[in-house]
Amino acid sequence: MSDIQSAETMHTDTHDHSHDDHHHEANFWNTYVFSQDHKMIAKQFLLTGIVMGTIGMMMSVLFRLQLAWPEQGFPILEKLLGKWAPDGVMDSSIYLALVTIHGTIMVFFVLTAGLSGTFSNLLIPLQIGARDMASGFMNMLSYWFFFVSSVIMVISLFVTSGPASAGWTVYPPLSALPQAIPGSGAGMTLWLVSMTLFIVSSLLGALNYIVTVLNLRTKGMSMTRLPLTIWAFFVTAILGVLSFPVLLSAALLLVFDRSMGTSFYLSDIFIGGEVLDHAGGSPVLFQHLFWFLGHPEVYIILLPALGITSEVIATNSRKPIFGYRAMVGSILAIAFLSFIVWGHHMFVTGMNPFLGSVFTFTTLLIAIPSAVKAFNYITTLWKGNIRFTPAMLFSIALVSTFITGGLTGIILGDSALDINVHDTYFVVAHFHIVMGLSAIFGMFAGIYHWFPRMWGRRMNKTMGYFHFWLTFISAYGVFFPMHFLGMAGLPRRYYTNTAFPMFDDLADINILISNFAILGAIAQGIFFFNFFYSMFRGKRSAQNPWKSNTLEWTAPVEHIHGNWPGELPTVHRWAYDYSKPGMDEDFVPQTIPLGPGEEETH
Amino acid sequence: MSALLIIIVLVLAGVAIGQAVRIFEISNALKGKDENEITDDDNKRQGWYMLIFMFGMFITFIWMSASYWEVMLPKSASVHGKEVDNLMAISMIVITAMFVVTQPLLFYFAFKYKGKKANRATFVSHNDKLELIWTFIPAIVLAGLILYGLSTWNSTMFRPEDEEPMIVEIYAKQFGWNARYSGADNQLGYANVRNIAGVNVLGVDDTDGASLDDIVTTELHLPVGKPVLFRFRAQDVIHSAFMPHFRVQMNCVPGAVTQFAVTPDVTTVEMRKEQDVIAKTATINAIRKAKGEELYEFDYVLLCNKICGSAHYNMQMKIVVESQEEFDNWMSSQKTFAETL
Repeated sequence: MSDIQSAETMHTDTHDHSHDDHHHEANFWNTYVFSQDHKMIAKQFLLTGIVMGTIGMMMSVLFRLQLAWPEQGFPILEKLLGKWAPDGVMDSSIYLALVTIHGTIMVFFVLTAGLSGTFSNLLIPLQIGARDMASGFMNMLSYWFFFVSSVIMVISLFVTSGPASAGWTVYPPLSALPQAIPGSGAGMTLWLVSMTLFIVSSLLGALNYIVTVLNLRTKGMSMTRLPLTIWAFFVTAILGVLSFPVLLSAALLLVFDRSMGTSFYLSDIFIGGEVLDHAGGSPVLFQHLFWFLGHPEVYIILLPALGITSEVIATNSRKPIFGYRAMVGSILAIAFLSFIVWGHHMFVTGMNPFLGSVFTFTTLLIAIPSAVKAFNYITTLWKGNIRFTPAMLFSIALVSTFITGGLTGIILGDSALDINVHDTYFVVAHFHIVMGLSAIFGMFAGIYHWFPRMWGRRMNKTMGYFHFWLTFISAYGVFFPMHFLGMAGLPRRYYTNTAFPMFDDLADINILISNFAILGAIAQGIFFFNFFYSMFRGKRSAQNPWKSNTLEWTAPVEHIHGNWPGELPTVHRWAYDYSKPGMDEDFVPQTIPLGPGEEETH
Repeated sequence: MSALLIIIVLVLAGVAIGQAVRIFEISNALKGKDENEITDDDNKRQGWYMLIFMFGMFITFIWMSASYWEVMLPKSASVHGKEVDNLMAISMIVITAMFVVTQPLLFYFAFKYKGKKANRATFVSHNDKLELIWTFIPAIVLAGLILYGLSTWNSTMFRPEDEEPMIVEIYAKQFGWNARYSGADNQLGYANVRNIAGVNVLGVDDTDGASLDDIVTTELHLPVGKPVLFRFRAQDVIHSAFMPHFRVQMNCVPGAVTQFAVTPDVTTVEMRKEQDVIAKTATINAIRKAKGEELYEFDYVLLCNKICGSAHYNMQMKIVVESQEEFDNWMSSQKTFAETL
């Protein structure tokens, strides 16, 4: 706090770093590498997330090749997988490893760190009017723990016995016993080490976000004037702080079982021709601990995307977000409910059926705040003056996938129905649409929208349009048909479906899905090109390119340490005074005082 | 070497596209156009695309529903499964209705209110009445679904006390299944993996009197119309016993015994005569014939549905539902545990 205040009072001109008496001379290392500036850390998170995302996406293409054309050799598989793909046909262990690491990378490294890490870091200080995060140092540590964790996860791909391959949920005993699957050896150890560091990173980041939002809001920025992005990041951070430690304890007990002979999760096991000493543990305990994080994690992924969408949709519809208070209320309701629904992942574990009823009840309740959000987004578009930036397109796509995927959640959350679709492709379709697609669309929306804020340049519009349509179409093309596979009873995580003649007629659907997956992957090439090209060569952006109300657009385009030259901006109104009657322009930045006789909207 | 060439080609292609974009941008700049500003034309075009996408989506949705109807599971072959299928049908109708209402609204509004520079949006910040309506309507619909769902769940999970089911153990291990029938006493003998030795692959305790008449098999035969209580065990890792045709699934957890009760009510032979099944089998056989594979005949199966290792994808057991007579015949041809020792 005091650092920030002194920085504020000492500030004299707009030149970089000039106000800092407590920072060292700016050089390459502390500007680009060990930076404590939230804007640089945001970029670091984003770039690392993009690299991890590319790895995760390529993996999905590889296993989609296997699923559509099993037994057919692909030279590219042999090249990339080496001994795991003799004659270009991947073997079943590496298939499971690819699915596992794809899930881990996408859920944690891309959609948690890459999404929340990037935009919480970039936007929290800029949108609440703070010089920086409460602790720049912790923020830097958060990134570097994430970086090391990513590196270890990538290294785990190269160990001799193969990477972790027990599914991203790493249920023991499969994940605990190298005898059960080779990936549960060194690969799994590295997975656990990587995830531990990841949790540290996530906690350091989340604590910082919470403290910053609570303490460093500028004058006039009451909680009810916060843009919905900040509400989303704030609640996300609280979810993270409450749930990630539970994952850490789950992982630690797994480490004990693996290396120290304890029996938290293991009991009565006969494997590799011998009985193990473990007795008295319960594998289901792990699932309880895992999903106590795992379900809030879904919202840790989704809420930031919804927050970004709220902002992007309001700005580009040139209308206030419809029902601001209901939006905040539903974020809080979803966050609360997310802690009491984890058992819906475990209806068929042999859990007491009465408990199943309770979890069905709480799970289906989530549909109510979710429906409120969906309707509010739709109504925000109503009578708007919509400007279709690529960010806006991705936001509308998010609302579409949020609805589609949310609806199938009503099937899966119902314990009686879950019996027959549990762990089938119906689940794969559901969570990829509601969580994967929605979150990644939110992330794209954020990147397109705040790219000028991050790099001071614009991304190319036309390439953005191409990227959007190819991505949107192929996304539905991949995941929509999967519902039918699930209804046909096809289990997920099958290396090939040819062992069961009853699934032979699904081969065509799998080929269709894989073709869309390949198209979608190629479409990301347009994005990568646009992203990196625009970073260096894009057209320079105006200070407020989207005519937006929020504070980040009142700061100079060139990044400066401390964000604003001179005084911090003072806030006089909420963030959504778009097209307010009686105003000259169709937007009124939060820093503009109320005019004479003007009523505060909110 | 070829990899290097590919990389060089990719890099050069990237540079070429970059230069093309550059030229495009410079020529626009010369013409005084800012190619990144969103023009009214862009809005018009994208708005139309949104509408077209919506129609495309619905046409595809209908097409898929029609042409993939046949691949879905046939009617349930168990008593509780019929209730589950009803619940599924009603839930599907509800969510399809919501889908059909909300998606068009979203895309239509996007199309209808595509912006023009000269226009201005209508300032509406909230509407308590509307918001109450769309909080309460989903709440009421969900209340109905929850009540119906829970009653189905309860009748599936809690069976009437007076029913005397046949007790059968399903035993899972990497990568196969066994069934153990409880024999004449309808009581399974105690078993633990610590007793596994030689032919006693399920670790049945031979000192427990109840185990002597137990019958271990590699196929699961069930008499039609008779309640069965499955008790599930696993030897090594978690497996999941999935019998999709009966709407049955339960995890098999090492160190614990889980259970699921079911009453099969359609025999294998009867199921083979179902219209759906005949059509599906014909489609499958056309595919298999073209590939020169053995022809397929419909059978119920038990498959593993929890990732359990490298051959997870091929862990199956055939299930036969037959008349009591046929079942008894088959049973009498099997050896009891005492006989195998």
